[in-house]
Amino acid sequence: MPDSDSAGPHPWLRPLFFAAVIRPALLLGFGLGVRHRERLPQTGPAIVVANHNSHLDTLLLLSLFRLGALRTVRPAAAADYFGKSGAVRWVTQNLIGAILIERHAEGGRRTDPLAPLSAALLRGEIVLLFPEGTRGKPEVREAFKTGLAHLSRRHPDVPVIPVALRGLGHALPKGEWIPVPLNLYAAIGEAVESDPKNKQAFTQAVEAAIDALDAELPTAVWD
Amino acid sequence: MQGILETLRGGVGLILGLILLLLLIATFISELVPKLRGRAGSPELISRVRAWWVMAGLFVLAVLVGKRVGIAFIMFLSYLALKEYLSLIPQRSADRKVLLWAYLAIPLQYLWVFTGRYGMFIIIVPVYLFLLLPFRLMLTGITQNFLRASSTLHWGLMMTVFCLGHLAYLLVLPPLHPAGGVGLLLYVVLVTQFNDVAQYVSGKSFGKHKIVPQVSPGKTWEGFIGGLICTAVLAVVIAPVITPLSVWEALILGVLLPAVGFIGDVTMSAVKRDLGVKDASSMIPGHGGILDRVDSLMFTAPVFFHFIYYFVYGPYR
Repeated sequence: MPDSDSAGPHPWLRPLFFAAVIRPALLLGFGLGVRHRERLPQTGPAIVVANHNSHLDTLLLLSLFRLGALRTVRPAAAADYFGKSGAVRWVTQNLIGAILIERHAEGGRRTDPLAPLSAALLRGEIVLLFPEGTRGKPEVREAFKTGLAHLSRRHPDVPVIPVALRGLGHALPKGEWIPVPLNLYAAIGEAVESDPKNKQAFTQAVEAAIDALDAELPTAVWD
Repeated sequence: MQGILETLRGGVGLILGLILLLLLIATFISELVPKLRGRAGSPELISRVRAWWVMAGLFVLAVLVGKRVGIAFIMFLSYLALKEYLSLIPQRSADRKVLLWAYLAIPLQYLWVFTGRYGMFIIIVPVYLFLLLPFRLMLTGITQNFLRASSTLHWGLMMTVFCLGHLAYLLVLPPLHPAGGVGLLLYVVLVTQFNDVAQYVSGKSFGKHKIVPQVSPGKTWEGFIGGLICTAVLAVVIAPVITPLSVWEALILGVLLPAVGFIGDVTMSAVKRDLGVKDASSMIPGHGGILDRVDSLMFTAPVFFHFIYYFVYGPYR
């Protein structure tokens, strides 16, 4: 494993990038409607879980945190997608501050994909996770994978905060490169009780929490 | 600085003083009166009034700095309103990129405002974009819900770009009064927003007989008429201060603008009801979204504009 698990975000480039570029762009180019912002943890360790529709998801989630707290917020990103080329990898690690995860077991060599996230939680950081594993169809939540339950089982005392995101799958869906100005919405929920014994029940509880939050958000159904 | 002093001439300063006074009265009622009585004020009312301070402050600042900044401010308002509208309405996924073409209406419309080309300003959205957008929609090759897609798109453009754009064009009309275009703009905005509040207050105080209960149950005849009378008085009193309107013209507008503003308000209520939302967004605390705040203005702006363009500016053109 390279040093990707401990290589943190750039100490001042990342806050600057979010204050000067990402936040104004999200605010003016799209517009944010955020519900229950006060529920978002600003200190770790914590696991923040959201549905995944767009590359904008991570940027939106990160921009919800205070600039001072941003230092310890680490999104999980797929190493096979974001770790490929040097430039993308540099941006992903330094500006986004992502922890690269090996999604697929490599050639029989069994590595623990969750180890870097565990380490981050032990360092007291806030981990952002998209348990769908991939961006699916716009605005449709897919079933969550079990990674979240495995991680939570290892850290039963770390709060798991569900977040519902909406609108991003229309503004910039998978496969599209031109963003369309549309409002983006986020709703933050109360922590979901960890259930180390029953992976499935826990995963379903988180899914249900996100679906309930999603119902609070304005919905324009596209056909 | 000189630009600001110049716009303050011709009664504009007086009207700004009036706006300040109205805001102070509102703050007195929402925050000070409950405090004096030893009670907590209504948080809804307090946030509403505070948002009024911010909105009025931004608007006045943008208008005072200069014509170009004023136009740019209204252009930005159009953008926010269109974005809010497009975020609410159901769309066809295939049309996602056509939305960018719809946004194109904003620079086009305001280009003709900046350059003062009335003939293009009045045509670009209702005619050219009306013809262009369905053509672009047709190119996606999907005919199911084609009519719905093209009409919702155009309806939104008419409301947020064409109708609101009239506010900006007031700024480039040749001045017939020392207050110039700023005076006209302040007049229609102040009268419309005052009417919203006056209708709301008199509806809350005396409201009994509902006008359109299925659409907007809060709207009553008592609120409408009470608001209309208060607004008509204001419209006639401030007309000579910042507009070239005669007393008769001001009186007609004093009745016309509240009536049209009411229609705008309930029409947007019908749209929101159709979409199943209460507020267009939660952008402005206590007010909802941009569309919720400018709904009556989207109707009064073009009506006011054409009234003065026809009766005051043109010899009945």
